[in-house]
Amino acid sequence: MLDIALQGLLLGGLYCLFALGLSLMFGVMRLTNTAQGDFIVLGAFGAIAGTSILAIHPALVALLLLPFAFGVGYALQRRVLNGTLGKDPLPSLVVTFGLSIVVQNALLEVFTADPRSLDSGGLNTHSVQLGNFAIGTLPLLIFMVAVLCTLALQLLFDRSALGRSFRAVSDDKEIAELMGLDSNKVYALATAIAFVVIAIAGVFQGLRTTVSPSDGPLLLLFAFEAVIIGGMGSFWGTFVGAMVLGLTQQIGFRIDPGWGIWLGHIMFLAVLVVRPQGLFPKTRG
Amino acid sequence: MNRPMVEASGLTAFYGDAQALFGIDFHLDAGELVAIIGANGAGKSTFLKALTGLVKVPRDAVRFDGAAIGGLPPGQIVRRGLAMVPEGRRLFPSLSVEENLLMGATAGRAGPWNLQRLYSMFPILAPKKHDPSLSLSGGQQQMVAIGRALMSNPTVLLCDELSLGLAPIVIKEIYDAMPKITAEGMSVVVVEQDVAVAQRVSQRVYCFQEGRVSLEGASDMLTRGQISHAYFGV
Repeated sequence: MLDIALQGLLLGGLYCLFALGLSLMFGVMRLTNTAQGDFIVLGAFGAIAGTSILAIHPALVALLLLPFAFGVGYALQRRVLNGTLGKDPLPSLVVTFGLSIVVQNALLEVFTADPRSLDSGGLNTHSVQLGNFAIGTLPLLIFMVAVLCTLALQLLFDRSALGRSFRAVSDDKEIAELMGLDSNKVYALATAIAFVVIAIAGVFQGLRTTVSPSDGPLLLLFAFEAVIIGGMGSFWGTFVGAMVLGLTQQIGFRIDPGWGIWLGHIMFLAVLVVRPQGLFPKTRG
Repeated sequence: MNRPMVEASGLTAFYGDAQALFGIDFHLDAGELVAIIGANGAGKSTFLKALTGLVKVPRDAVRFDGAAIGGLPPGQIVRRGLAMVPEGRRLFPSLSVEENLLMGATAGRAGPWNLQRLYSMFPILAPKKHDPSLSLSGGQQQMVAIGRALMSNPTVLLCDELSLGLAPIVIKEIYDAMPKITAEGMSVVVVEQDVAVAQRVSQRVYCFQEGRVSLEGASDMLTRGQISHAYFGV
């Protein structure tokens, strides 16, 4: 019983990392990045390619990847996505959906359809003893990083000048611009930060399992479910949503190996029916 | 004659397909407080939005301190020193009182206005600075909106309907702060529904009617008859 709970929370940690970027971008500019999953996969392949080309430790590659992801996110928002924002959510959905297809096919072209993984140097089979339980070191690390990322994003949002501008443009873009804020730049910084978390998620996904170019949509689905279950209220809401999803899937896996993901979807639908605003509905605005 | 700080000549503006302003001629001199009165839909708010860049107008139609600024992005206009208190206050709901004030300082202009100065002008705000902005009373919210505009240290302050939805005593309290604001040499435009208030606080009055200036003159020289004729067109 405790075992299921523990495994569920650890899985939730991974889903939290999948979901935070989505939550940030939606919170600041009401943009649903339907290419979220594909960018996570792109991050994983970026780390895999980096490790084999540069022939250095994956941890170093990951560290190099983060500033790169920041730049990619910034440029993508500035050059492409800012042009899709407006009262109508459709253009941004269509464009990110298009990006999703482009990323998937580019990965397929470069890396073929073979599943690959990032060499963790034995980290993924290592475990720590905790009373009667052995907990995988890697899942524990992922969970801790998820907590840190959630905490960092929430602090950034609540306490910093940048977070203040995020909330201001989210509340009232016209007045924020009247105050002299450049909303296009604020949006670009939000996406840049989201892409750093996406890269972190990608690296961990590549370390813990295999990735293939067509994985993106499923990862997007998990991220989306975590955000919706948690509600649009806060990053902690997303965190809790991810935990609920992880736990539910883990319970499903125990009942029948084919049930895990399915039970997760059922939980998502149940939340939509019973509490469509999510568990923590206080909008970030 | 003073040098005009803000000048509009033959200003026309559109809201979508509908024309809202039909050739407005307007000037605001340094240190002056001018009131704009007029019925709903006369174009008062559109005029302020045209000055601050929220409504696009031809470049030469608006001059600020001699430079043509019509239709520039709002951020550039506020950095030149033209700030607005928008109609309905439009505070940022997810920001605290102090965070709202700090947003006003985004333009990064140097000058006498800072948090301490605002809290001494509106002492009621100081103990509430960490409260959510919308938990305040209407009058206090209006003080925050004025303070937010002042934080950009403007040379010209535009106030849209400060008294909207406020009790007369609160309106008086807010307008009592105006001398402290203009004492710094700031020029002020107030859009005001209440003609008596407008006449009392201002040096000059413009009356708008259906997108045109129907009357302009020194506040203490205009008679009720002149104003009601300009206001209603009868």
